[in-house]
Amino acid sequence: MMWRGGAQVVSLGFKSLMLHKLRSALTTLGILIGVAAVVAMLAIGEGASQAAQEQIKRLGSTNILIQSIKPPVNEQSSGQSSWSANIYGLTYQDARRIRATLGPHIELMVEVRLNDKEIRVADQWLQSAMLGTAPDYLDVMGLKVARGRWLSDTDNRTLANVCVLGGNVASRVFPMSDPIGSVLKASGNRFVVVGELEPLGRQSGHVGRSIDECVFVPMSTSRRRFGEINIKESGGSREIESVELHEIKVKVDTEDNVAHASEVIKNLLQRSHKQQDYSMTVPLELLRQARESKRRFQLLLFSIALISLIVGGIGIMNVMLATVTERTREIGIRRALGARKRNIIDQFLVETVVLAGAGGVLGLIVGLLFSWAAHLFWDADVYVRPRDPVMAFAISGLVGIFAGVYPAWRAANMDPVEALRHE
Amino acid sequence: MTQPPEPAPCVAELSDVRRHYQMGTEVVRALDGIDLSIRRGEYLAIMGRSGSGKSTLLNILGLLDRPTSGEYSLEGKPVSTLSDKQLSEVRGRNIGFIFQSFNLIPQLTVLENLEVPLFYQNAIGPESRRKAEELAVRVGLSGRLKHRPTELSGGQQQRVAIARALMNDPLYLLADEATGNLDSNTEAEILTLLDELHAEGITIIMVTHNPAMGDRAERVVWLADGRIHHIEEHAR
Ligand SMILES: Nc1ncnc2c1ncn2[C@@H]1O[C@H](COP(=O)(O)OP(=O)(O)OP(=O)(O)O)[C@@H](O)[C@H]1O
Ligand SMILES: [Mg+2]
Repeated sequence: MMWRGGAQVVSLGFKSLMLHKLRSALTTLGILIGVAAVVAMLAIGEGASQAAQEQIKRLGSTNILIQSIKPPVNEQSSGQSSWSANIYGLTYQDARRIRATLGPHIELMVEVRLNDKEIRVADQWLQSAMLGTAPDYLDVMGLKVARGRWLSDTDNRTLANVCVLGGNVASRVFPMSDPIGSVLKASGNRFVVVGELEPLGRQSGHVGRSIDECVFVPMSTSRRRFGEINIKESGGSREIESVELHEIKVKVDTEDNVAHASEVIKNLLQRSHKQQDYSMTVPLELLRQARESKRRFQLLLFSIALISLIVGGIGIMNVMLATVTERTREIGIRRALGARKRNIIDQFLVETVVLAGAGGVLGLIVGLLFSWAAHLFWDADVYVRPRDPVMAFAISGLVGIFAGVYPAWRAANMDPVEALRHE
Repeated sequence: MTQPPEPAPCVAELSDVRRHYQMGTEVVRALDGIDLSIRRGEYLAIMGRSGSGKSTLLNILGLLDRPTSGEYSLEGKPVSTLSDKQLSEVRGRNIGFIFQSFNLIPQLTVLENLEVPLFYQNAIGPESRRKAEELAVRVGLSGRLKHRPTELSGGQQQRVAIARALMNDPLYLLADEATGNLDSNTEAEILTLLDELHAEGITIIMVTHNPAMGDRAERVVWLADGRIHHIEEHAR
């Protein structure tokens, strides 16, 4: 019986609302826009932030990245063709110092040197980067060996002329055959292929080089065979530069020590480098910043949502007050026929909640459609957390109740005699 | 054993009922000391000049309004101590209202209008539907249950209102100038219907300006300035 009564109250609410279709529709629109905006903005905001965080996480939360960068050409020295401008970047000594200073806080540390080389394989020429590095590189970068083996400490100690192929190099140069045991030539040196990596398949690498496109050799071998001089030929001009290390990656033991370690490294490098010829990236810090900006963004969204919902709520309240006045006589009749104040409150509250709820459902649909369209047409990263629609719906319901309580209370507390006399 | 000659048992009793309105510094005495007993099954008319307090008295009898002072008891139980909620429930269970302007709810069908009093008693079901159909037949409105009030004539609307007032088997029907908005032919029809209902044992209290209508009643209470001027008894 109670349930029947409830259903009847709801159906009565619908009937009364259908009496003023346009007015009900316009009122619903206020909530619809608010909820749609919230849903769409949350989906797009969450998508963007997740994409950013994903990217940062890929860099490793305990890693610190230091890269050599070419310092801006000094105005005074640009007149003279100076060698010094082309000698820059991280040095073997920097790496040694970092290792010595941080000591036990370092879980893994690898140096990277890129040698742009023309590589001859069988009868093909290949423009690629011979990447000199240490055995730990594999773990730091999260790479996997597909075939053969990775570089070893022995290779490094013995300056072995061995190399491992990046995922794409192997499939490009040896599409059919097993590359292990083949021989590459670069700058007059022969390197025996001992292994092949699985392709990473995503854009991640060093100084504009995808890891999948590199050929890996032991650091000591790189240093001995290629030295520090890189000659870049572009167009007619050739550019000569000397860089010892292109990148140092430090994996700190715990996330808690990342901030301290990065501070130490920064001080250390500041002392030994006269010019800003390196950059540091601390993914954990970026992640924190990303989370921080996400929090701020969410606060903004929340404010916008709140404002639009308040506006929608005021719209509903306004309409409900008008409805109550308009139906004063009906209220009087119902009171005369035995309606308690509670029944009158329920009746008007149900109408408000139905209005707001309809706005919530439609707003949810419009918001999801909009997010989907944003993904489809603007290529936006979109992510709808399951709790967002629920939240949007709950909020619209709450707005309905908040907006409805006062008009309903007013309706219920009318004097029945006055109400019946109302024209 | 001889049966004691019992007077007709009273449905309602008012003793020294006053209803005053404070208008600024002035006090409007709409009712100023009413003593009245309503007998079960009687047909009572309340008459008097405009402003004499007829509607005020009817509202108090209908528990829509509370006296400023004095006691009103329904079936022997005083109602002045009842809460608003309890008054609503008593109205819903025991009183049937008929208004001058019909007062049907426009967005509901005839059937739904008839069910409103039972709705608030949580008594909607096949039973209430059957009862609504019976009463519709009784007041001569069979076949109109699915219509909206706006699709009915004034007389038909008032018939619906009468049927609605009977849905809860009330202690009495209260009618405030129930035919004031109707032409004389329709008025006569409605009055005939009320006569028939009275003959079936229903207590009717009606406010009217029309002496011809007063003549149909068993008793006429004449009000003047909020007091009972005199009571006219009509032999039947
Ligand atoms: N809410 C109110 N506030 C102030 N005075 C009121 C109020 N209601 C009624 N009155 C006064 O009480 C007196 C009686 O009013 P009531 O409506 O009972 O008269 P009535 O006999 O029904 O008149 P009519 O025949 O015109 O309907 C009138 O003088 C009226 O002005
Ligand atoms: Mg009156």
